[in-house]
This record gives sequence, C-alpha cells and structure tokens, in this order.
Amino acid sequence: MSVDNFLAQFRASGVETCFHDRHINPQIYAGINGQNWSLKDYEARGGYQALRKILGIGGGEPMTQDQVIATVKESGLRGRGGAGFPTGLKWSFMPRQFPGQKYLVCNSDEGEPGTCKDREILQHNPHIVIEGMAIAAYAMGISVGYNYIHGEIFQTYERFEAALEEARAAGYLGEHILGSSFSFQLHAAHGFGAYICGEETALLESLEGKKGQPRFKPPFPASFGLYGKPTTINNTETFAAVPWIIRNGGQAYLECGKPNNGGTKIFSISGDVERPGNYEIPMGTPFAKLLELAGGVKGGRQLKAVIPGGSSAPVLPAHIMMDCTMDYDSIAKAGSMLGSGAVIVMDETRCMVKSLQRLSYFYQHESCGQCTPCREGTGWLWRMVDRIENGQGRESDLALLDNVAENIMGRTICALGDAAAMPVRGMLKHFRHEFEHHITHKTCMVPAYV
Amino acid sequence: MSSEATRHSTPLSAQTLARFAREVAKYPADQKQSAVMACLSIVQQEQGWVSPDSEREIADYLGMAPMAVHEVTTFYNMYNQQPLGKFKINVCTNLPCQLRNGQHALMHLAHKLGINVGETTADGAITLQPGECMGACADAPVLLVNDRTMCSFMSDDKLDQLVDGLRAAAKE
Repeated sequence: MSVDNFLAQFRASGVETCFHDRHINPQIYAGINGQNWSLKDYEARGGYQALRKILGIGGGEPMTQDQVIATVKESGLRGRGGAGFPTGLKWSFMPRQFPGQKYLVCNSDEGEPGTCKDREILQHNPHIVIEGMAIAAYAMGISVGYNYIHGEIFQTYERFEAALEEARAAGYLGEHILGSSFSFQLHAAHGFGAYICGEETALLESLEGKKGQPRFKPPFPASFGLYGKPTTINNTETFAAVPWIIRNGGQAYLECGKPNNGGTKIFSISGDVERPGNYEIPMGTPFAKLLELAGGVKGGRQLKAVIPGGSSAPVLPAHIMMDCTMDYDSIAKAGSMLGSGAVIVMDETRCMVKSLQRLSYFYQHESCGQCTPCREGTGWLWRMVDRIENGQGRESDLALLDNVAENIMGRTICALGDAAAMPVRGMLKHFRHEFEHHITHKTCMVPAYV
Repeated sequence: MSSEATRHSTPLSAQTLARFAREVAKYPADQKQSAVMACLSIVQQEQGWVSPDSEREIADYLGMAPMAVHEVTTFYNMYNQQPLGKFKINVCTNLPCQLRNGQHALMHLAHKLGINVGETTADGAITLQPGECMGACADAPVLLVNDRTMCSFMSDDKLDQLVDGLRAAAKE
C-alpha cells in the first residue's frame, strides 16, 4: 500500500463539519455532499447560470458592468474575510477605465485561528468561487486573476486546480468566455505557512514571490496592487456569495439577512461544543440558535466565554454573547467583532490566562518583524502572559500588559499588531479577576483544565 | 547536524523543471519570481528539504538573486531548512485545537515516538513538530504529514495507527 493510500483513511470527509442538515437556508453549502464538486454537478445545481446571465447567453440582454456592481451593492454583501467592507463599494473603487493590466485576487489564505469555512467551500464547491470571480472580473473589466490558497490545505489547492482545468475546458475561463467578448484567465497559487499573508498587501507581496511583509497604505491595492497594477482582493466566501446574488437579485439576498447585513454567512464553530463544524445561516441569527445547531456546550457544561470572530476578536463573556445576534452590527455593539465568523467556544472549565497564553504565543510567532511595536510588543505580551500562567506574574504586569497593548494598537503598518493587542484587552476587560488570581495565588482559579 | 554527504542535494531533474515551467506559466513573462513559492515546495516534496544548492538552482531558473530565494525559504514556516525525518508531522496546537486535545495529541506522539517535540526518531523515520493554525479548526486534533496531507480527528488510537503505518512505510 502506498503512503498516500495509507494516509487517505485519516482525511476529513466533511460529513461531520459540512454535510449536515443543520444549515439554515444555505446558499454556498446548499446541496453539496463531498462527491459532487465537479463541473457537471455544479451545473446541475444551477452553476454558471449567473455568468451566463450577465453575458446575455441563452436569452436576455447582457448586464452592464454598472448593473452588476449595483446589484452587489444592493445585496448588502460585506467582505467575509474579516473586515466586513461593503463588496459592491470596493468593486466600484476599481478604476475600470485604466488602460493597463488589472488584477483580481481571491484571498483563500485562511489561517485566522478558528476559521475553517473557505477550505470547505474550495474543497467541496470550488466552481462557485470560480464563477464568482469571473463575474467580479467582468464587472471590473479585469482579465487576469489569482486565487491564493493557504499552504496547509494543499489537497484543497489541488482540488481547486482540478476545477480550474474543468472550467477552462468548458469555456467558462479563458479567451472569449462562452463565445462572448469577455476574457478572463484564472490561476491558483499557494502559501507555505505564514499567517501574515492573509493580510491583503502581504498576500500580494507573497504572490510576487517575496517575503509576506505588508505594504504601507495608501496607496491601496485598487490603485497599486499586484505588480503595481490596480487590484481588487476579496475573500473566498465573498466571491462564493456572488452567483446567488446575480441569479436572485440584490434585494433577495439582503432579505435573507438583516438591514446592512445581507445574506447568509458561514460560521466556523470550534472548541467546547458537541458538534464543531461550519454552519451557514442567515445574518442576524441569534447566537443561542447557532450554539444549539452545534449541539450546545460539550458535555452539558456551562458556557463561559466566546471569541466570536476569530482569535483576533476580543473575547465576550457568556451573558453578553447569549444576547447577541450573529451579524456585524450586533457583535460590534457588544464590543467585539464578527471578523471571519470563527466562533471559538469555551466552557466553564477553561482558564482564560492559559487561553490567552496560547493566542499570544501565536501572534509573536507570526509577527513579520517589520514594525517595531508589533515585533517587540507581541513578544512582550506573550512573555508576560506566559509568566502569569506559570505562576511568576508580577503585581505590575496587568498595567504593563495594558500599556504594551496600547502602544501596539494603531502604530503598525498592518492589523496584526492590533489583532495581537485586542485579545489581551478583551481578556483583561472581562476576566481580569482570573489574571489577578494567577498573580496573587500563583495558581489557577479554574478547577480543571482538561 | 547532518554530515556534508547527506546535506548534498541532487541537481534538479528534467521532470522537476517541467513542474517549475507549469508554475511559471501562470504569471506574466517578466514576473517569473512569482513562482518561487511553488518551486521551493516542489523541491521540498522531491528532496525532503530546501538545500542551498536548490535555492541557487531555483534562483538561476527564475532569474532571482539567491538571497531573494533564501529570504522566502526562511520567512515561511513550512520550508525545511535542513534534512528531516522521512515523514514530518506537524500537529496544530493553536487555541481552537488546544481546546480539543491538540496539545495532548502532540504529547501523545512524542511519547509514542520516544522523542521530544522538534526531534527526529533515531531511525530517521519521523520528525515531530508543532504547527500553527492550519485552517481546519473543526477537525481538531489535526495534523499535517509532509506538508501536503492533512489528517483530521486524530484520536490517540488513530495517532498510534498513523505512527505504525509511517514507520512501516519508512522501512520500505
């Protein structure tokens, strides 16, 4: 038996995490089962109808670029990668009349701890991303695109490459798509282990074959992006939402969610729940409902805390979280952020100091080293949290943690510094007593950390 | 540290160069450097690590300064800068995985292999390393074998089975 065959038995099937019946009105994950990723299956689900529609193929007038962008604006779709920026507005920033080469980039460098949704889109429904990118390219007058995929999900990168071959062979990519005057070349690239490359300008540097160190903004990618050319970058899930919007209209998408928070969103639930996985639900669904879909807190224990939007989002205690709905505005009002939709659930047995210790280690490990406040500050944060966890904390450490976090935020080229500082501030705001207990008693106040 | 003999790498084969060419073709003719990430990972897949010789050959192929290639090798976590065991295992221990026994899985493997984290077994079969977020948090405990194969829901039983299988494969 070859090594590949031997290892195949340990591969995820997606059954537990994606092909379940606990989505609510899914659009992106609708009808997928792990076997039906290929082109003919996607077409059978209505795939590439949106691309045909905008090109005016099979009846009907073609949509203009302005009409496509207006439809996306109307949908209320906001960037699914973490920032939540309105997608239609971003598309309108692209200088469509620019005579030179322009680029479209898909950010599939999914490495924000807690986030695992894009992997399952690309693995099980890759053509929805290809179609979404082709529509975006049409709307912005772009002829070349790249999908930059997280290096750790190499099998998914290979799956996406296989889907690209199918799409090219069927005339959905390449010169004169479906006989129209629209041409679009799309390629896949991969990372190789650098969290920072999820930052859009670091991703561009990486795509250019360099270290992934973020660029100073402005200029923004819309004017100076890949190879210095105008570039639009969106998240995988954002592109995946586009075909549905074009087929059904912006208003219909908006009505799936709530005002200013259109559509469905995929939430990745990890940690202390019975059924970790991805759940596609309408924006604005109560957190309590999402927790129920995930089978509730593991072992029937009490909910203690939730990091609602990936590890960079400030933690929220259970009582605040249980009052939230899952949309950008509700989570922001509660003092955190929806981010990429990664919900990390922690039960009553979890020590917040230990949790923060692990996150702080991650950020100091992944700081690209370019900006002093982040390079030095993330190390300070980790060493302090580490010694508090190990019973060597000092009385002055909490004030110093606050001070270091304060001195990182807003003082770096990219958001990694803020991403390292925000969890610290969130933990100290809501769980300060646990840190104080660690410092005073040199031990943990939580009964057991299993 | 390995001896000079084992650190020597073989020149790139025609087959390897064909794989490089496929990557280079994705990018504009004057942007061959964009393929460096892929070329390095191809070399690592074929040779187990990225040697200085390979970096120089890739630099020549892509028209880059060798130091520019080396910068990429050293910046990204997954490139091996020295020869490792035949199989490299990276276990994710980030918070979402830690909450679901990721750290436990790493320690279980260390115990089973009889090595510390970061070390290679005496027979050269397996190197054990921690990893950062692999973007598969709902599959925890999760690990990578030789960068390209992800293994999910790795209970202690499955970890034992994995080690036994890889040890057997290393002897072949």
